[in-house]
Amino acid sequence: MSEQVAVSESEAARVREHLKVYVMVFVALAVLTVVTVAISYIHLPTGTAIAVAMVVATVKASLVAGYFMHLLSEERVILWLLLLCAAFLIFLFILPLGTETGNGPLWPL
Amino acid sequence: MSEIVIPYRVEPHPLTGVTSGKLGIWLFLASEVMLFGALFSSYVLLRVGSGDSTWPTGVEAGLNVPIGTFNTLVLITSSITMVMSWASLKMGNLGGFKRYLGATIGLGLLFLVVKGFEYAGKFGHGIFPATGWPEASDPSTFYGIYFTLTGLHALHVFLGILVNAWLLIWGVAMWKSEPELFTGRIEISGLYWHFVDLVWIFLFPVLYLL
Repeated sequence: MSEQVAVSESEAARVREHLKVYVMVFVALAVLTVVTVAISYIHLPTGTAIAVAMVVATVKASLVAGYFMHLLSEERVILWLLLLCAAFLIFLFILPLGTETGNGPLWPL
Repeated sequence: MSEIVIPYRVEPHPLTGVTSGKLGIWLFLASEVMLFGALFSSYVLLRVGSGDSTWPTGVEAGLNVPIGTFNTLVLITSSITMVMSWASLKMGNLGGFKRYLGATIGLGLLFLVVKGFEYAGKFGHGIFPATGWPEASDPSTFYGIYFTLTGLHALHVFLGILVNAWLLIWGVAMWKSEPELFTGRIEISGLYWHFVDLVWIFLFPVLYLL
């Protein structure tokens, strides 16, 4: 008995075209993981190390969100939802800057 | 008795252009961004407030970078097997779907086993969430936030494995009756799984490398 179920041929063709892209994104993610570990062995100054690591992590996260999560071709409503979420996230990260820590005020660092 | 039909399970809503399930998972993921965001924000606050003498780098604190790197690669690999399982369904290949989703579940379990060994190693050295960093002159909150962030992440991996296992063993019966709805469910489960991968992409450098 066949387990085949009718699928949309045009959609199947579109997905087939994307398979190579998925593999390329995977390779890029693996290479960037090795790069970020390699950089950590150079012992850059703390500020630079944090900046470089976060830039590499953001690039990796963008690849996952853009291609694996299909955000690049997603409907606008999802993008607006995430933009709103990003605004709240930025506010969340700015909020502690007004905090007084054991080392004095958090900002200026 | 009339059956209640949930609208827009397969057909996109005319206003949003997406199915109810997809809108739902993205709203959930937005709330997850805030959950992990709050903890990352706490990490920054704890670290900046502690001073260098009481805040170790991951290596100084005894975390194993090669093991962390290995686990990062495991999770990245599980992300591509997840997207391939969805792509297999889109192409009408049920066998491929089963193999790829099975691999995703296996890789998720491997991640948890490795994480379990890491935790066991720390517990064996008397390091617990409340212990801090034993070598610090003052008690450090490094291990407090380490266990909180990685523990919450591991819980997410565990729940993702449960959902994927359910879809692979029982949910798959829907493929014959409602293939488009089932493919949508795999996409939704995949969005969650990729998000969990995405969180780890930030957790790994923050905790292990910096």
